[in-house]
Amino acid sequence: MASAELPVLKPADYGTDQDVRWCPGCGDYSILAQMKKVMSNLNMSREDTVFVSGIGCSSRFPYYMNTYGMHSVHGRAPAFATGLKSSRQDLTVFVITGDGDALSIGGNHLMHVLRRNVNLNIILFNNRIYGLTKGQYSPTSEKGKVTKSTPMGAIDNPIHPLSVAISCEATFVARSIDVHIKHLAQTLERAVAHKGVSFVEVYQNCNVFNDGAYKWATDKDTKMETVLELEHGKPLIFGKDRDKGIRLHGMTPEVVELGKGISEDDLLFHDEKTADPTLAYLLTRMSHPEFPEPIGVLRDIDAPCYDDAINYQVSQAKETRGEASLDKLFNSGDTWVVE
Amino acid sequence: MSTTTENTTALKDVQPLEEATVRFCGDSGDGMQLAGTQFSNTSALAGNDIATFPDFPAEIRAPRGTLAGVSGFQIHFASHDIFTPGETVDALVAMNPAALKTNLGDLRRNGVLIINSDAFDKKALGQAGYESNPIDDDSLSGFQVFAVPMTSMTRGAVDGLDLSVKEADRCRNFFAMGLVFWLYGRSMEPTLRFIDAKFSKLPSIAEANRRAIKAGYNFGETTDAFRSSYKVDKAKLPPGTYRNMTGNQALAWGLMSAAKLSEKKLFLGSYPITPASDILHELSKYKNFDVLTFQAEDEIAAVCAAIGAAYGGQMALTTTSGPGMALKGEAMGLAMMLELPLVIVDVQRGGPSTGLPTKTEQADLLQAMFGRNGESPIPVIAARSPADCFDVAIEAWRIATRFMTPIIILTDGYIANGSEPWRIPNVADLPKIEIKHPGPRNEEDPPFMAYQRDEQLARPWAIPGTPGLMHRVGGLEKQDGTGNVSYDPQNHQHMVNTRAKKVANIADFVPQQEVMGAESGKVLVLSWGGTYGACRTAVARLQAEGKEVSHAHLRYLNPFPRNLGTLLASFDKVLIPELNMGQLRILIRDKYLVDAAGLNKVQGKPFTTTEIAEKIESLLA
Repeated sequence: MASAELPVLKPADYGTDQDVRWCPGCGDYSILAQMKKVMSNLNMSREDTVFVSGIGCSSRFPYYMNTYGMHSVHGRAPAFATGLKSSRQDLTVFVITGDGDALSIGGNHLMHVLRRNVNLNIILFNNRIYGLTKGQYSPTSEKGKVTKSTPMGAIDNPIHPLSVAISCEATFVARSIDVHIKHLAQTLERAVAHKGVSFVEVYQNCNVFNDGAYKWATDKDTKMETVLELEHGKPLIFGKDRDKGIRLHGMTPEVVELGKGISEDDLLFHDEKTADPTLAYLLTRMSHPEFPEPIGVLRDIDAPCYDDAINYQVSQAKETRGEASLDKLFNSGDTWVVE
Repeated sequence: MSTTTENTTALKDVQPLEEATVRFCGDSGDGMQLAGTQFSNTSALAGNDIATFPDFPAEIRAPRGTLAGVSGFQIHFASHDIFTPGETVDALVAMNPAALKTNLGDLRRNGVLIINSDAFDKKALGQAGYESNPIDDDSLSGFQVFAVPMTSMTRGAVDGLDLSVKEADRCRNFFAMGLVFWLYGRSMEPTLRFIDAKFSKLPSIAEANRRAIKAGYNFGETTDAFRSSYKVDKAKLPPGTYRNMTGNQALAWGLMSAAKLSEKKLFLGSYPITPASDILHELSKYKNFDVLTFQAEDEIAAVCAAIGAAYGGQMALTTTSGPGMALKGEAMGLAMMLELPLVIVDVQRGGPSTGLPTKTEQADLLQAMFGRNGESPIPVIAARSPADCFDVAIEAWRIATRFMTPIIILTDGYIANGSEPWRIPNVADLPKIEIKHPGPRNEEDPPFMAYQRDEQLARPWAIPGTPGLMHRVGGLEKQDGTGNVSYDPQNHQHMVNTRAKKVANIADFVPQQEVMGAESGKVLVLSWGGTYGACRTAVARLQAEGKEVSHAHLRYLNPFPRNLGTLLASFDKVLIPELNMGQLRILIRDKYLVDAAGLNKVQGKPFTTTEIAEKIESLLA
C-alpha cells in the first residue's frame, strides 16, 4: 500500500560529516546525541531548523548538526537569533551557549532575549569554567575557585543562571544534566514544544579543566540525595527511599523527613504553570549542598511572543493603512511642481 | 540706531533678490528648529531651491539664556541651483542676547537684524556677557536693526485665550516666523495647515500659534519700521514634482525603496544615537511597507540582529553614528566573513569617543575602511547631500546583494539634519534589484557548496527553509567552496586574497569618476560626503572667473572608481578638503602616490565656500 508518510529521519541523519572536535569524554557529546535524538523523535525538518551559537566549546555545536547554522561572535547569539526569528517566524531556532558566553560577555543580550520572550530555544551548557580559553574561572564558578586566573581563589560571587532567567520572567525555564540522558531528552522536547523563549540549563562536565564539577549530581551513590526531579502537580520529594521532601517555612524552603508527623500534603507542590514567578524563583535558590538541586521544568507559562508581536504590528499597519505604495508616500504632504 | 521710523513710505518696496540666507537663533527652548523647518518648507513650496543647516547644542535644555544653550537654524534659498546653506547671513533673528552674541559675527554688513527686545533685560544681558544693551549703544550700527518687543506683542496677540504666561510666551517663535514670512513674501498657508495638524488636540494652543504668526506677519506689513520686503523667485530646477527632504528621511525612504525593488522585507536593528536616530524613527512609521524595526539593547545587538535577519534572507540594515559603529566592529567583521549582505549606515558626528554629538564631522572614514580586526575589507560609499541619501541607499543594497558583502554608507550630521528639494521619482522607473537565492536540492544531488563563487566571486545566498541547502556559517576561517572550517595556512591566504578581490571587483560595477570642469589642468579639488556643496560652489565660482580648477566628488570610497588614478595624475595639484585631519588624503596618497594637499577642519561646522575658494587660489598662485 502506498504510504503518504514522510520519511522518518534517524538521529544520525541530523549529524554532519564534520569531525567533532570536543575533548574525549566531554559532556557536550551527550547533549549533541540527545539533540539529534529529540529532532528525530519529533521528526523535525532539518531545513527549517537553525542553530545559532556564540563562542566557546559548546558553540561549535552548529557545525555538527545537519541543519542551518551560524557560529557567531562571543555572547551575541541571542541577538542574531532574535533578528532571524523575528523576520523568519517559520523557522525553529536554537541558541547554543555556555556559561561564559551567555552570562559574562552575553549577559545583557540574555537578559533582553528572555524578557522579550522571543520564541527561541536557548540551551546553556554550564560547566562552571572557561574551557576554550583553557581554564579560567567563569561567572558560575564557585567563590574560592582556584584557576589559572585566580591562583588565590575566585572572589566573585557566582551567578545563578536560572535565577537570572526567572528574574527576566522567562516563560520556560528548565534544568537537566548531561549524563541523565533520558531526562535531558525529555527536557529538550518540552523546550521545543514551548511557544516563547525556552531556557534550559544543562549541567555539563569539563573533564579537562573542571572535572567532577557536578559529581554529586551524577554519581549513582549520591544523586538520589542531591538532585530533586520536578514533576508538575507533585510534591517535592527526593532521596533514595523517597523519604525526604521540601517544605516551606514562611518564605524559605527547608528539607524535611517524611513520616514522624510530616506527610506529603505538608510539602511544597510543584506548579510550573503559576504565572507569578516567586515559587519558581525559590526553586532556583535551592543549591547543593544545603539542598537537593531541582532538575526538570521550573516554569512553563503562556505569554505573548516578541516575534508574533513585531509581525502583528506589520499586519495591523497594513490593515489600517491599506496597501503600501511608495508613490503615494512620496507624493503625500507638501509637494510642488516645477514645469 | 536703525529702529527709527524716519523716512517712512506709504507703499513698501518689494526688492527682488536672487538668493538669501536667513538664520533663526534663540534659546534651545525657543522653538528655533521648528521656526527654521517651517520657513524652509514654505520656501521650498514657493519653488526656491533651498539648503538648510540646523545647529543645536547637545543638551536637551541647556541653562536658559546662556551662550552654550543657543540653538540655530539657517536657510539658504535661491532662484537658482544652490549647494550650501549659505555662509554670510542676510537676515538674522535673535531671540535673546546670547543668541545675538554668538551669531552676529555671521551677519553681513547692513544685514537685517531682528531682535526680541523684550528679552534684552539686565539678567539676560549679563548672562550673555554684555555690559550694556547693544540695542541702545551703537555697537549694532552696521546693521538694519529691528528691535521688536516680541514677547509682549505675542502676549497681546493671544490675550483672552486663557493661556498661562509660559504657554503664551512659547508662541514667540511663531511671531518671529510671521515677521520673517512677511519680510520674504512667504505664504502663511502651509504653516497654518501645520498648526492645524500638529495641535489638533490642543485647540487653544493652535489658536494661539495662529494668532502669533499672523501678528508677526501683520506687524511687518503695517509697521513703518520696515521699508521693504524681499522676493526670491522660483528656481529653475529640472521639471518634476518636488518635496523638501532631510538626509535622514531621504535615507530611510531610499532604504524602503531598496527593499521594495528587491522584493524583500526590511529588517532594521538599531540603537538610538544622535544624529542617526531619526532614521530609526522614520522607518518605524512605515511598518505597512513590510518594515520590521528592532530597537535593540545596544549597538552590538542591533547589528547582530540584522545579520541574523540577513542569514534568514531579508534585507538587513543597521543605523548608527561613529561611536556606535565602533561597537559594531566585531560583528561587521563576522558579516564580512559570512559574506552576507548588510547595510551599515554611519551618520558621522564630531569625535573621538562621544565627541561633539550634535555637530558634524567626516572623521569616520578610516574607521569605516579599517576599523575591524584582521583583513576585513568592506565597501564604503558616501552621500553628498540630503536628497542624494535616497540614491545612495538604493545603490548600497544593489552592491551588497550583488557581491554578498556588508557595505557602509557614510553620511554626516550636516547632511542628515539638513534639507533640500528632492525630485520625486516614479517608483516604476527605478531599476529592480535582482536577487537570486539557490533553489532546493535532492539527496542524490552533489552536496551544496555554500562558498562556491560566481564570476564576481560572490557566494550563493542560500536561505534557511530551503531543502538540501543546509549549511553552517561562522567566523572561523572557511574552506573555499565548501565553507567548512579550515585552519589550512594556504587556504587562509587564499580566502583573504579572495575577499579583498571581491570587494575590489566592485570597481567594475560602479560608474567611472566624473569631473566638473576640464579633465586635466592646474588644480583638482577631490571631495567626498557632505563637503560636496561647498566644494562645488567654490570651484564653480572660480571657474566662472576663468581659473583652471576642476572638481571631482567621490561617492565610492572603497573601492575607488577605476579611472581615479589617471584623473589625479592629470592635474598639477590635488586638493582634498575634509572635515577631518586628512583621512581621504591618507588613502589617496597611499594608493596613487599623489602628493595631495589637504584643507582640514574639525570645528563641528561645515566648510564655507570662501574657505575652500581661498585655499584653491593659494594653490593656483
